[in-house]
Amino acid sequence: MPDSTPEAEGPGPWCTTDGPTPDTHGPGPAPAPPAEPCDLAVIGAGPAGLAGAVAASGLGLSVTLLDGADRPGGQFHRHPDPALGAARPGALHHDWSVFTGLYHRLTSSAVTRLTGHHVWTVVRDGDLWAVHAVTGPDGDGDGDGDGDRDGDSDDGAGDGGRPVCVRARAVLFATGSHERHLPFPGWTLPGVVAAGGAQAMLKSGLVLPGRRVVVAGSGPLLLAVASALAAAGARVPVVVEASAYRAYARVPRALLAAPHKLVEGAAHGAALLRHRVPLRTRSAVTRAHGTDRVEAVTVSRLDRHWRPVPGTGRRIACDALAVGHGLVPQVELALGLGCATRRTPDGTYALVLDGVQATTVPGVFAAGETGGVGGAQLAYTEGELAGVAAAAHLLGRSALVRTARVRELGRRRARLRAFADAMARAHAPGPGWTRWLDDGTDVCRCEEVTAGRVREAVADYGARDARTVKLLTRAGMGWCQGRVCGTAVACLAEAAPGPRQPPSPERRPLAAPVPLGVLAALDTEETGTRDPDPDPDPDPDPDPDDHPSHDTAIATATATADITATTATATADTPAEDSATATDAQACSPPDEQ
Amino acid sequence: MGAAPRAAFEITFDGRPVPALSGQSVAAALWAAGILAWRTTRVGGRPRGAFCGIGQCHDCLATVNGRPNRRACLVPARPGDAVTTQEGHGRAGLDT
Amino acid sequence: MATVERTASTSPDVIVVGAGVVGAACAYYAARAGLDVTVVDRGPVAGGTTGAGEGNLLVSDKEPGPELELALLSTRLWRSLAELLPPRIEYEAKGGLVVASEPGAMAALRDFARRQAHAGVTAREVPGERLRELEPHLAPGLAGGFHYPQDAQVQPALAAAHLLRAGGDRVRLRLGEEVTGVLTGAGGRIRGVRTRAGELHAPYLVNAAGTWGGDLARLAGVALPVLPRRGFVLVTEALPRVVRRKVYAADYVADVASDSAALRTSAVVEGTPAGPVLIGASRERVGFDRSLSVAALHRLAAQAVRLFPVLATVRAVRAYAGFRPYLPDHLPAIGADPRVPGLLHACGHEGAGIGLAPATGLLVAALLTGGELPLDTAPFRPDRFGAHSACGKEANHGA
Repeated sequence: MPDSTPEAEGPGPWCTTDGPTPDTHGPGPAPAPPAEPCDLAVIGAGPAGLAGAVAASGLGLSVTLLDGADRPGGQFHRHPDPALGAARPGALHHDWSVFTGLYHRLTSSAVTRLTGHHVWTVVRDGDLWAVHAVTGPDGDGDGDGDGDRDGDSDDGAGDGGRPVCVRARAVLFATGSHERHLPFPGWTLPGVVAAGGAQAMLKSGLVLPGRRVVVAGSGPLLLAVASALAAAGARVPVVVEASAYRAYARVPRALLAAPHKLVEGAAHGAALLRHRVPLRTRSAVTRAHGTDRVEAVTVSRLDRHWRPVPGTGRRIACDALAVGHGLVPQVELALGLGCATRRTPDGTYALVLDGVQATTVPGVFAAGETGGVGGAQLAYTEGELAGVAAAAHLLGRSALVRTARVRELGRRRARLRAFADAMARAHAPGPGWTRWLDDGTDVCRCEEVTAGRVREAVADYGARDARTVKLLTRAGMGWCQGRVCGTAVACLAEAAPGPRQPPSPERRPLAAPVPLGVLAALDTEETGTRDPDPDPDPDPDPDPDDHPSHDTAIATATATADITATTATATADTPAEDSATATDAQACSPPDEQ
Repeated sequence: MGAAPRAAFEITFDGRPVPALSGQSVAAALWAAGILAWRTTRVGGRPRGAFCGIGQCHDCLATVNGRPNRRACLVPARPGDAVTTQEGHGRAGLDT
Repeated sequence: MATVERTASTSPDVIVVGAGVVGAACAYYAARAGLDVTVVDRGPVAGGTTGAGEGNLLVSDKEPGPELELALLSTRLWRSLAELLPPRIEYEAKGGLVVASEPGAMAALRDFARRQAHAGVTAREVPGERLRELEPHLAPGLAGGFHYPQDAQVQPALAAAHLLRAGGDRVRLRLGEEVTGVLTGAGGRIRGVRTRAGELHAPYLVNAAGTWGGDLARLAGVALPVLPRRGFVLVTEALPRVVRRKVYAADYVADVASDSAALRTSAVVEGTPAGPVLIGASRERVGFDRSLSVAALHRLAAQAVRLFPVLATVRAVRAYAGFRPYLPDHLPAIGADPRVPGLLHACGHEGAGIGLAPATGLLVAALLTGGELPLDTAPFRPDRFGAHSACGKEANHGA
């Protein structure tokens, strides 16, 4: 039963006494936003949004910061409610001191903080931007703050959240990312959770999905998740990584340029070594077994295209699996305004940004993962840049972006972006992963659409992209609007014969579910107009990594880090342009959602 | 456990008491009690619970105090909350 | 079955441009009449307006006149197609219910229904107090309504895909292939099309390019003033059968015939076999602007909640915009274009393309094979707009 409660065999990371938790508890009923338009609306209170709001406010802008959660920090600095009494939440976080520092600057600033605000669209409103949000912990209730949860209310807007519209002269999107998933048979079993999900539940709720947790997928997040789970008392029998970490060795210059990342990676490596967690690279969980919950997984070797090598499957007992394949920028709000996107090296879409975080739509800025997944350090850097740039834009003071500080931020951004691109390249899914699927595997978890039905829509009914697959099968039409299955469906749609069309970024005109009563209660006359949709970048050829598969101890990851650090010492800063052009995106990437 | 919670209270899951801590989400309280599934799917009737943990996937939908389709990973647990296994869309009462 | 990517060893008899529901119906009926058809589309099946439609097969919203005749024929054809095509197309002969909130609107409805009855529409008056027998969740206090049993619904993308497949071996699909030119020969007669993949030859060309039908006409050297009209649809979370029929407020009728460019929304509320309730039919003339109109969503939601208060706590999970192709007189262009021998048009159906597709396809097939026409096509003549149309310059050039 208490297999989910972190055991205190040795002190857990949160029970030491240094480093206080900032009292980040939400203010209860959300305050009414100012009726007057503000200068800058910042959407997302993670590292990028916090840094942006603080920087812009410091330069004299009136700033409103909106976030769905009731505590700032975003996913990266997701932390327990102070009421949970975690004495040292920062132990689960890197850059915790940066966060607490910014948080204190935020609370002493004039920034209007709107917690529990889920932004569902941003539209043009004359010379302003109208940011529409729905209140409540999940955008569906308690928005009135009166604790009415009896579900008997049928007045819609009252119990069902509350509509809020913030009007602003400029917008900063700091909406972060969500996890990418590649389905496999059994992945819908209880006990199979997203890697980031396991981490999020641990960070905020101090709970684990099981006692013996396999961590699998691809990307640097896996190591962080595994070390956090192990430190919290879970046994992690293996970390299964689909790519080869030695792919990192091909990008020494970028790696060198981000020593912070190496330290972070080494720290995870050391933690895993301490907990005797082995790492298997070039491998994947190709099936989860169990009836009512996961009881074991099959781990198979992968070839260089990520096809499972027949006969290599090995069954590993576990009571939970944490799985994920990297992160996808959340750009739908910006897409709705017509901001142009670029394809990143791992096939996701990120916003096209200039040197100071401006999107292609004047007055709209973005920072952090929305410009390409790159971690908290990059998000802090870009957030500050964006805050300054928004001030320069609105105050008509271009000198603000010509300071030494801005130049330094720009250099740091270039280094971190180059590193992020290198990581993305190393962990980009190989096209052969679809071989894990059998026709009965649910690809779309919401609508329970199997791989077989998706393949049929492509082979027999003229679907050539994820959007048409959706129309013909309902894959991606459910609650999550394709956030979970989008990558998988797009990859399966690429099996269509004939001229290939590059997939497009996923459009979601509603970025969050909105109760009809809330929409009906809106008081608005603006219509919202904007420029036509941008063209996505062309789809470049895949660049499959040809390193062989290896079972490796976790020591390899740390060793790789050491090696690359050494080999790279002679190299200078990475040019900024490296981050702006993606030339080797993988075949599989998310589709147009229209 | 290592934390020093300021307040503990009870919620119920399908009528049975489940301990919860102030500040925990409904999903976290259920996980802490070893409960990983609290709804069944609309088409196949399959069990589901929290997956993404951050409010994106909607797999964790639960009926809380009679109100269906609450995201358990986002909704904070409150004393006396009655969580019930949600079947399908959770709105069978509306069927005509 | 329709096979993607078969190399054409022989040229088809007819090329249909557009793999939406109208193109699919043209291909299906032409194939059934013995013709070999190649359907070309720059995108996938149902990639345009078809994929953004609700699947309304309505007679209830139509004034007596040529469009209603087309709709009544289509209603019969959809019924037989529903026997032929798999249940997955989600055809439902569920009927429509048009309601009036106050007696004045009810009187107007009554007059409208009486005139429709002369044209062959079945409509049954439902007094206010009986409305909830038909729709238990309907708001109390409505003045009354009319039940239209001929109204039906289909899932448009699936319908298009299955119609194409039902065409059998005679229908070939060339998807992801944009038409870049129209080939003509002696006397300006159609010879085929040029696409990005090369030339494709056929003596007949059917323009079923929907909203982009004007562009294809221009490639053929003629003017066809097809314009986009933006429509938003709101989609809810999956529900049990909360709404049994297609339910909408009476001002929808006035709106369809409206020449006003202002937003005039009336919510058509309907359940679907898959679960979600669709709330649709906002109408705006804003060109090809896809950006979200919060005002349109607000009105759709407000009207839906007014009709069905129980929907207030239900969440919208999705919204989508589509562009309904319309011509200045709100009638489609169906038939041979006298300006270019071999060119036929089948586009401009505005928001009724799903409903009108089978009749359109049947007419086009009859025109191609010299078969008997089931109704008078004169009101749909594609050259009826002359040179004073929106594309006047091109019209002169083409003439």
